[in-house]
Amino acid sequence: MANLIDTVMILLILTNFALLGSSLLGMCINIAAFQGILIGVLPFLTGSGPVLAETAAMAIGTMALKGFVFPWLMFRAIRDTNVKREMEPFVGYSTSLMFGVAALVGSLWLAGHLVLPAGARGLTGASLIMPASFFTIMAGLFLIIARKKAITQVLGYLVMENGIYVFGASIVMERPWLVELGVLLDVFVAVFTMGIVIFYINREFDSIDASRLAHLRDWRRTRGASSTGV
Amino acid sequence: MTFILTGVALLLLSGMLSLVGGRSRAATFLGAGGAFLACLIALPSTIRMLFNSSTESIHLPWSVPYGSFFVEVDPLSAFFLVPIFLLSALCALYGAQYLDPYSGRKPLGAHWFFFNLLVASMVMVAIARNGVLFLIAWEVMSLAPLFLILFEDEKEKVRAAGWTYLVAAHLGAVFILVFFVMLGRGAPSLDFDLLAAHGKDLPWGSGALFLLAVIGFGAKAGFIPLHVWLPEAHPAAPSHVSALMSGVMIKMGIYGMFRSLTLLGGSDPWWGYAMVGIGLTSGILGVIYALSQHDLKRLLAYHSVENIGIIALGMGVGILGEAFGNPALFALGFGGALFHVFNHALFKGLLFLGAGSVLHTAGTVEMDRLGGLMKPMPVTGTCFLVGAAAISGLPPLNGFASEFLIYLGALGGGLQGSALLFTPLVMTVAGLALIGGLATACFTKAFGVIFLGSPRVEGAGIHEAGLLMRVPMLILAALCAITGLAAPLMLHVLGPVVGALGKGHGENAALTGLMWAEGPLFMISLGSIGLGVLLIALVTARRMILQNREVSDAPTWGCGYVMPTGRMQYTSSSFAQPLTGLFRQILRISEDVRMPKDIFPSGASFSSHPGDAFRELVFEPVFSGVARFFSGFRWLQHGRVQLYVLYIAVTLMAILAWKLR
Repeated sequence: MANLIDTVMILLILTNFALLGSSLLGMCINIAAFQGILIGVLPFLTGSGPVLAETAAMAIGTMALKGFVFPWLMFRAIRDTNVKREMEPFVGYSTSLMFGVAALVGSLWLAGHLVLPAGARGLTGASLIMPASFFTIMAGLFLIIARKKAITQVLGYLVMENGIYVFGASIVMERPWLVELGVLLDVFVAVFTMGIVIFYINREFDSIDASRLAHLRDWRRTRGASSTGV
Repeated sequence: MTFILTGVALLLLSGMLSLVGGRSRAATFLGAGGAFLACLIALPSTIRMLFNSSTESIHLPWSVPYGSFFVEVDPLSAFFLVPIFLLSALCALYGAQYLDPYSGRKPLGAHWFFFNLLVASMVMVAIARNGVLFLIAWEVMSLAPLFLILFEDEKEKVRAAGWTYLVAAHLGAVFILVFFVMLGRGAPSLDFDLLAAHGKDLPWGSGALFLLAVIGFGAKAGFIPLHVWLPEAHPAAPSHVSALMSGVMIKMGIYGMFRSLTLLGGSDPWWGYAMVGIGLTSGILGVIYALSQHDLKRLLAYHSVENIGIIALGMGVGILGEAFGNPALFALGFGGALFHVFNHALFKGLLFLGAGSVLHTAGTVEMDRLGGLMKPMPVTGTCFLVGAAAISGLPPLNGFASEFLIYLGALGGGLQGSALLFTPLVMTVAGLALIGGLATACFTKAFGVIFLGSPRVEGAGIHEAGLLMRVPMLILAALCAITGLAAPLMLHVLGPVVGALGKGHGENAALTGLMWAEGPLFMISLGSIGLGVLLIALVTARRMILQNREVSDAPTWGCGYVMPTGRMQYTSSSFAQPLTGLFRQILRISEDVRMPKDIFPSGASFSSHPGDAFRELVFEPVFSGVARFFSGFRWLQHGRVQLYVLYIAVTLMAILAWKLR
């Protein structure tokens, strides 16, 4: 079992690198969807006994949401708003990959130093589950910070949530669901709202460049140029 | 206790119900009616508890850390609850008619919701016996008035006043929070009975805590220089709200001072010196600033500062009595301060309601645009006169009785004490005398300019206030006189309250001390009643003599002027000029003068604007400095969502790495 989990974790790390290095928006959504299915498998692997019915139901529900519903919503948002199918980074792709390497090293260091409740890691013996979850969270954060479009921020939140999910799975093997349910609901609402908001912002401003949201800030410099955000 | 908590529940319920009423009259009916009913339910049992000097408490667990639902009514609480219920009921009644012209135009439901919330939170502050519960009630009590002040939020000045109030209230709350945190360090919970036992052996001494309490509660009470919000907020708020805020809300600061004295263990002499100093500053400067005002409500607000100063003087005398082991001084000082709290609630409430009646019908309380209102508004004028005499400390009204207690304590203690005790007490006596004299001058000006003479600006339609507005004023005026005449009896009520404050001295010592004043007060009451009877006899005699003769009204002799106008009368500033001239440096009155020129002058003008030295020289430079400093960080607020997330991510990562280092 431990080997299988580690294999999944390595795949997870690789998808994160793919997300950081990819320039195609559609590609990124697909990768995130794949990531969702990938981590959806985890509950079947981490349990010590036979898989419980509610565990299975939760896992399948998660996979369906992250693997199919969210990507569909995001593709629809892209189609409706006619945005360019490009990530439009603040930070270049190769630099993003360099950050990814640094973040992975940092995650490994963090995982080694973090004091966890007894039994959190010992149950499966999988060594990569903690660093991989941290790395996923950081990659998600990085996508939020370093990409221009509002839709990529939704994508970043999704990836971050995947990281939290894996972290939860590693801490409480049997019942990460309580936390997961709450977070999942948040993300669902976020994706939904963002879809609507993006649509309306696009209609009003002809752009869904999140950096242009600076127009909406509540404080403006009183002298000189009205805004520096464009 | 049951009745009081029922009252609180009814206040909250009717407040929420009035929200449903929106802008309609129904909102006023539900909100003001609920407040009136709640106060009427709670008042009798509170008075009974005060007279029986009984203590009742309810202690329930609460899931909040360090918190518990611990409420108690002891004589001190009951003593503050009586004016809260009394004045709230009358203000609700008054406000119902006062706000009637606004129905349909303004959100009356919201107004009454916050009004009832304010009353309920004041009650909770007075009965809370747990630090967390107290702070929550305090915070609600600080926030609710903001929305009452902002009733006429379309006016720029009102919004500015709201800001000033908000900043002052929160700065004060910060100090109170620190006070409780420091006092409760190491204690298992913040229940007051545990804290009182805990307060005696604090490593850093209780002096620092005393200072925190003075600043925190003093900001609410309005000690100078923390008074700056009062003259802004009171004129901005609707009049019944001003009456409630000035009459009882600022007294909750005094309540906090008294309550923290019981929590802090023994007192040092320097606490007494500090309070006497604060009292002298607030009292004298408050009345001097009041003298120079042109706006009646601002004038009354500065008089609140002055009266808080008198209360602080009483507290200072009481603390000195405790520190020097002089029970008579202790009892008379604290007794005078407490009595003045009650009296000030009566007459300041009355005066603000009177000012409200003027504002309601004349549309302004600029004294130089009023005049001669006694004829169209005899009831308001007479009530205002009673309040003015009471606040000036003239016998036989209630303001005199409480100041007399402090005088008596200071004189009695000062004659036999050492120089350390003698000096502050003599200064107290001198200060009180100065304050009383200046207050009389100030109210002579206010009453004379507004109610006597002839109208300065021709305006039709000035009429007497409605019934619901007259009745509260009449009740308060009657209570001012009754409390003054029955002052010897009030001493028996004060005894247990003062006794609860003293740790060294019991109730008996307090009563013995207070009984010093019984004889003189009794004689004064008796003499006043005699003079009253004589006055009535003279009036009756005059009426009888004039009965069969012709009586006619004629204008005052105008020194031969052919065309006198109302504007030729003394203005408020010219009346006060001989006195304000003495205090030019402190008052910072700015004048715009255009002198008449040439032999045939074409025009001339004069206008003066009273300032506030503390506002202009202390707070404005400090706050604009703070604003300048923080506007340096504006570049952080650039509106880029991505960078905001970066700030959060970097902070979290840094904290995590620091924790795991």
